[in-house]
Amino acid sequence: MTETLSTNQSSTNQSTPPAQAPILEVRDLTVTFPNPKGDVTAVRGVNYEVMPGEFLGIVGESGSGKSVSSMAVMGLLPSTARINGSIRYRGRSLLDMDDHEMSKLRGSEIAMVFQDPLSALTPVYTIGEQISEGLLLHDPQLSKDAAHSRAIELLRVVGIPGPERRVRAYPHEFSGGMRQRAMIAIAIANDPDLIIADEPTTALDVTIQAQILDVLQKAREITGAAIVLITHDLGVVAGNADRIAVMYAGRLVETGPVDQVFARPQMPYTTGLLRSVPNLATAGTQRLVPLEGKPPSLSNMIPGCPFAPRCPIALDICHEVEPELVSHGTPDVAAACHRADEIASGHLTAGTIFPRPEPVEKRVKKEDADRVLEVTGLQKHFPLLKGAVFKRQIGTVRAVDGIDLEIREGQTLGLVGESGCGKSTTIGEVLEMVAPQKGTIVINGVDVSELSKRDRLAMRKDVQVVFQDPMAAIDPRLPIGEVIAEPLTVHKVPARQRNDTVAEMLELVGLDASMADRYPHEFSGGQRQRIGIARALVTNPKLLVLDEPVSALDVSVQAGVINLLEDLRDSLGLSYLFVAHDLAVVRQIADHVAVMYLGRIVEFGSSEDLYDNPQHPYTRALMSAIPVPDPKVERSRERVLLSGDLPSPTDEISGCSFRTRCPLFSLLPESDQSRCTRDDPQPRQVEATLVACHFSERISELEHSGRPRPTQH
Amino acid sequence: MATDLPISTTPDTEVVPRRSKPTSRLSLVWRRLRSTPRFWVGGIMLAFFVLFALFGNTINIYTPTDQDIYALNKAPSAQHWFGTNTIGQDIYAQTVAGLQKSLLIGIIAGPAASLLAAIIGSTAGYFGGRVEVVIVWFINLLLVLPSFFILVLLAPMLRQLSWMAIVVFLALFGWMIMAQVVRNQTKAIKDRDFVKAARYMGVSTPRILSRHIIPNVASILIVDATLGVVSAILTETSLSYFNLGIQKPDVSIGTLLAEGSGAAVTRPWLFVFPAGVLVLMLFAISLMADALRDAIDPTSGANRD
Repeated sequence: MTETLSTNQSSTNQSTPPAQAPILEVRDLTVTFPNPKGDVTAVRGVNYEVMPGEFLGIVGESGSGKSVSSMAVMGLLPSTARINGSIRYRGRSLLDMDDHEMSKLRGSEIAMVFQDPLSALTPVYTIGEQISEGLLLHDPQLSKDAAHSRAIELLRVVGIPGPERRVRAYPHEFSGGMRQRAMIAIAIANDPDLIIADEPTTALDVTIQAQILDVLQKAREITGAAIVLITHDLGVVAGNADRIAVMYAGRLVETGPVDQVFARPQMPYTTGLLRSVPNLATAGTQRLVPLEGKPPSLSNMIPGCPFAPRCPIALDICHEVEPELVSHGTPDVAAACHRADEIASGHLTAGTIFPRPEPVEKRVKKEDADRVLEVTGLQKHFPLLKGAVFKRQIGTVRAVDGIDLEIREGQTLGLVGESGCGKSTTIGEVLEMVAPQKGTIVINGVDVSELSKRDRLAMRKDVQVVFQDPMAAIDPRLPIGEVIAEPLTVHKVPARQRNDTVAEMLELVGLDASMADRYPHEFSGGQRQRIGIARALVTNPKLLVLDEPVSALDVSVQAGVINLLEDLRDSLGLSYLFVAHDLAVVRQIADHVAVMYLGRIVEFGSSEDLYDNPQHPYTRALMSAIPVPDPKVERSRERVLLSGDLPSPTDEISGCSFRTRCPLFSLLPESDQSRCTRDDPQPRQVEATLVACHFSERISELEHSGRPRPTQH
Repeated sequence: MATDLPISTTPDTEVVPRRSKPTSRLSLVWRRLRSTPRFWVGGIMLAFFVLFALFGNTINIYTPTDQDIYALNKAPSAQHWFGTNTIGQDIYAQTVAGLQKSLLIGIIAGPAASLLAAIIGSTAGYFGGRVEVVIVWFINLLLVLPSFFILVLLAPMLRQLSWMAIVVFLALFGWMIMAQVVRNQTKAIKDRDFVKAARYMGVSTPRILSRHIIPNVASILIVDATLGVVSAILTETSLSYFNLGIQKPDVSIGTLLAEGSGAAVTRPWLFVFPAGVLVLMLFAISLMADALRDAIDPTSGANRD
């Protein structure tokens, strides 16, 4: 400790004795990127410290400076960046070290886990070589053989099956989850004291995310290292971190122990974030609270609190003076807000800062409404070909393997599953409107295989689509007025009428009609998604296919888009086919939910029944994998961890396709297991949902075992 | 009809008067183009050369074929502004005439090749499968055939035809590599969501190609068309050098350069004036193309915020 602390944040931490010196100390860190159009200050005076063995979660939206500040710690910023302030690791200043010294420290004492493990691993070396490289670099005495066997051991630690064989594999032979495990293996190889994980699970599926977080916790137990986890997902922090630091516009705006911050946030931004995130525990019963506006541009900062323009309780002073990050009565918790005292003392509650919008009237679900979409036995197999000139079939990809769906007018069907389960192929088949390989697709009572070319074109009016990435789904070269009007040009609507409709649509989705001649890149992500929705609505469709419509958006923006979709559905009487991997989002909006696994629907039911009492082990695992942004709930929850990755759809799995990962399967006696391996389970009614599992009556056995263990039968 | 719609009347927000017609894409491109100095510099230079080619000889007393036997091999003077060649022909008059022909050949053949490349390349990339295999096979066939050799074979025929035959020839043999590039770009764009969205909306295939795919490869096509002008002029030059291109009495910058290249050191005016005109003109076209690319593509460098 060479400097006195200016703030009193967390000098006493729950899990570590107060006498201990912090392992990492960041003081007044400022990072500026020079730019001809005005310098961009990505980090503006950040102070924090990490105690030995502590798990710190840094949360922020994209552009909040959370990654840049950690890159500064690792010395990985481009040389053009101007870094001021001090970063001390065990009292040594990292900013004064030269590259050679820094390299010695990196990997041996400070390790990093990156977001994208594919680009972080060198494709031309085996995983084993890459782990050994780190070992040998920092310990020249180590023999090659010893490094090799240590690599195998490390792979075993991070839970890679068959490490003796896998150590010789190349990165491209690993799945995303396994690559991230390998990255963690490299990170812990030299027994570091500090691991910085930058969005380590963002690119992964939820069940894999749960595994990786588990491995990260394990790595912490083994090495005793402190972990700094950078993420945008409040749920991930809630379940894992001891302490949380919330970043906004390049500054920390609130820090404190997770329990206190989640229970009683003192900074309105944290409050807003927490209330805007769909929460599995509360979703569907209440409206989300949108956090309006967007983060300020970092190139020309306005004076005052950067959150003030979005803050519902901003005073005059908030627009003039930027508040300091100081404690407001509560020890350990610090917040940068002029009104934090009022919030801390309880005069201002979350409800008054961000009042929940009026709950929508409970819609009367008409179970006998007309069917808008009816899919029966839909199948799509792709032949797997090999050979350059003479192609021969070596297998079949069962992307969609006989699924049934139905959506009634005014209702929402949520289609949930991990990537690669066939969701996208399913909606692709529906949207193509041609006869499927097998099965039938009936839209508005008309079988698509019987459509003439002209009828099909007319039917496209009734079915429109909103894509996941609003960046990719809108032609960047057209002004948005033309983007939105495009479906109308197809149906030969006269230009004058088109322009009026476009203006109407823009206002319907909460944009200004005068924005019609701007180009897509002038809009933020949330606005672009609204443009996508406006385009989908312009033909006055009956069914909207929503392909992960909010997963590419920042958390604070998601709530606004979800609310908009809910309102539009109810006011226009739309039906939605809502495809997502996030069960919390689906619960918020869907009436019925279908859970998909390897081209099959494994469970189908109304969302209340399915969420309250899931019957299929996969549904249970999916639900327990989704982090809930509430530390108490998160800690007390039963976890059903799935082992391994999603099998390739080319694999021939006899019987139930889920049995290779099924946590229930491993609990069953052998006689029952053979039934799973032999018979393909057909959907059947169990309790209130349709379940494709032979033994879903015994689902409760999972609750007594967080992880698979031998049965007592 | 527009009056039926509610107009935003929130008092504290700026009320934006709704135009009856949103600005069209073309006028937006033009608005952006207007504000780029490069466009004006290039445009004015090119306009100068075009005017020079069209009207340069009206102020000159000599025609390209006139021979001034009193001024053989003369350096530039008040009489002969760019000097004369061995048989007393006025280089200024010849440069103007050559510029006319070269401009015409370049401006037709370059963009024509790019257009061919755009149509064939995007068709191959968008449809894939058999169509693509056949087109790629055809492209490869054209690429391995030495176009120069074919020209030598065709030379007797070309001599009888007009210079337009050269234009057609240059376009026909200039599109293949660009078509491959366009094909690859198309394959990448084809799977982007906005193309899928257009397909699911029922937009017809030619319209998807012309409205979504080709504009998205437009920036490389425009650069290619510019380079096409350059390479068309250069190919024509080398053809003319071997007496396979422009035939007398027609002159082009190519034939002038070919004639003057031998005397570049001893009588530099024979070479420097046609070459200088050529270089400056190509520079002007490049400047304009660069500005145009930035105006069409809102995501390219200059427009990025």
